[in-house]
Amino acid sequence: MNIIAKRKIWFTVSIILILAGLLAMPINAMMGNGILNFDVEFAGGTVMEINIGQDFDITNDIKPVVVEITGDENPQISRSGEQGVVIKTKSIDSETRTKLYDALKEKYNLDGMNDLLNVDDVSPTISTEMQLKALQALLIASILMLIYITFRFKDWRFGLAAVLPLIHDVLIVLAVYSIGRVPVNNSFIAAILTIVGYSINDTIVVFDRIRENRKAAKKGDLEGLIDRSISQTIVRSINTSVTTLLTITVLYFLGVQSIKEFALPLIVGIIAGTYSSIFIASPLWYEFQNFHKKPFSKTA
Amino acid sequence: MKGEKTMKVKSGLILFLVVVLIGLTGGAAYFGIGEKHFLGAQNIRLGLDLQGGVNIVYEADKQNPTDEEMSAAIEMIQGRLDRGNYTEAEVAREGSRRIRVDIPGVEDPNKAIEDIGATAQLQFISPEGEVILTGNEVKDARREVVNDNGITKAVVALEFNSKGKEAFAEATEKYLGQVIMIALDDTIISAPKVNAVITEGSAVIDGVGTVEEADELAARIKAGALPFKLTPLQSKSVGAKLGVSALESSLKAGLIGIILVLLFMLVVYRVPGLAADLALIFYCALVVIILSALQSTLTLPGVAGIILSVGMAVDANVIIFARIQEELGAGKTLRAALDAGFKRAFSAILDGNITTLIAAGVLYWMGTGLIKSFAQTLGIGILVSMFTALVVTRIILKQFVNLGLKNPKLYGAK
Repeated sequence: MNIIAKRKIWFTVSIILILAGLLAMPINAMMGNGILNFDVEFAGGTVMEINIGQDFDITNDIKPVVVEITGDENPQISRSGEQGVVIKTKSIDSETRTKLYDALKEKYNLDGMNDLLNVDDVSPTISTEMQLKALQALLIASILMLIYITFRFKDWRFGLAAVLPLIHDVLIVLAVYSIGRVPVNNSFIAAILTIVGYSINDTIVVFDRIRENRKAAKKGDLEGLIDRSISQTIVRSINTSVTTLLTITVLYFLGVQSIKEFALPLIVGIIAGTYSSIFIASPLWYEFQNFHKKPFSKTA
Repeated sequence: MKGEKTMKVKSGLILFLVVVLIGLTGGAAYFGIGEKHFLGAQNIRLGLDLQGGVNIVYEADKQNPTDEEMSAAIEMIQGRLDRGNYTEAEVAREGSRRIRVDIPGVEDPNKAIEDIGATAQLQFISPEGEVILTGNEVKDARREVVNDNGITKAVVALEFNSKGKEAFAEATEKYLGQVIMIALDDTIISAPKVNAVITEGSAVIDGVGTVEEADELAARIKAGALPFKLTPLQSKSVGAKLGVSALESSLKAGLIGIILVLLFMLVVYRVPGLAADLALIFYCALVVIILSALQSTLTLPGVAGIILSVGMAVDANVIIFARIQEELGAGKTLRAALDAGFKRAFSAILDGNITTLIAAGVLYWMGTGLIKSFAQTLGIGILVSMFTALVVTRIILKQFVNLGLKNPKLYGAK
């Protein structure tokens, strides 16, 4: 395998994918959709999901009712399934929420409270906090991992080369959210951190092999050492991602909407994580070794 | 050989016991123990997103409330929930000035939120509109039934603390014969006329309707004895219908996913795959039992975390088996290859799992609600999978070898 020799290709592929995701954000913003599809948990506001149970027209039937009752001139109203509706407004209190539901209940002859599937209300205080916390969690986890790997591998280059691809994975997943308009909510943080955990696990298996092979390797043949280590672990990398993808993919196809929204980024993230642990992490480590011009030696 | 025969019997026995243990664990996880399904899947506490219900987060509008004030507020909310018959509701403090309320299985979320109506603040207001006393100065409020000229009627008896006693004495003297209004959250709930100067620090509110209404009012006044307002910051509710379908579809997905993984391992790794499959079934049963025993709340992301962890649980075995194949390829004997496979794979498995645990730990530490539950199941999954993949698989594989499954080809040798 010539992974290291072709490293420029791998880096380029990743950079293109990441740029596409990042570019989608300002394009989204210009189209008036917001850079990401922030759910109320991140943006603040109220969201209600109601089963209307019959045909309806958003602009003519639902919107006027929502505007009148909530006073929000620009509610976001979308379909959910055939006969369901999701209404997003600024944060409204429980009294107004009841009023709104009652109005629709009367209009569409809904069944008691049974057709009110879902109500979320998040004040702007909490949503700002959520965004901050997500970033903090990611940063703290990355730093702790960097410290742990540096300690276990006795070389900061391993730590850095393992953690940097995580940013790569996060950005690729972010691309799924920005291009696919997947709602950014609580699950977003969970999805990102799961991928970070998965990807670093994958990378460590490769690095572990490099660490082991290095002890017995000839001086100087860094490229051969890394390529050999990767080819020794690649079957395992692929098999593990297959077993993980099996469960997540089933979840995606059978799950309810919120599960689907969680499973999709995970699927992409696991593929990205597997890719980065093979094609990005080790080539990065190679670059770091060369950059420092530290002669490759047997002693770790 | 006699020695080999006794070894075979012994190994057969160990394997039998391991399979029985896995079967029993699986049974316990599936059915639970006893009538209460102790340790069983049915006994796992489900999050609101899986059974429907309301979650509300309140914040005290005071910068640094004391612990006593916060527990008083929690008690107050709990009291209201109990009176509203939301018996399964949970109230917990979150951070320094927030309170999280979880009410499972509610049909009408908006009504539940209004029932809690946690903004109650009691005020006594003078005819000029000045605040004489607030709920802070009320020590106790209870419903009493008095006999007034042969007619029994309900009243609410109030008892003030020393500060309240003084203020109330002054006010009743000043406004004798006039009306003092009692307001709860800016709504006048009672407007009694002052008939006498009250110096002993107690008062009776008259004309409060039926016994039940008096009970309600006493409770509300007592509840209003809060030093701050509680503002709802966030509320989330899931209809029971949606919750049930979320649970059912994820369970189905989980089952199919597990079966696919079991098949994959068996087809790709054959004999070791079978050992890994047994260990994986054990793993699933253990995770269910631990979740049931901890009585931690399982949420939708939590279910996803478990299903994800199943895929990752076999990873350790995949690493080990790949290693065993290599060792066999290098010409080692089966036994030596097995030992070397487990030994050499260990550092990768340990380091990989610890870094993933770091991510789960940070999530648990920083997250709230749903995220915490996800982090917990992920963490449990990682720890349990290390045990089943490293220890259980190894025990089973050893017995397979002892029982005569010795052809290296069965273990992936080329």
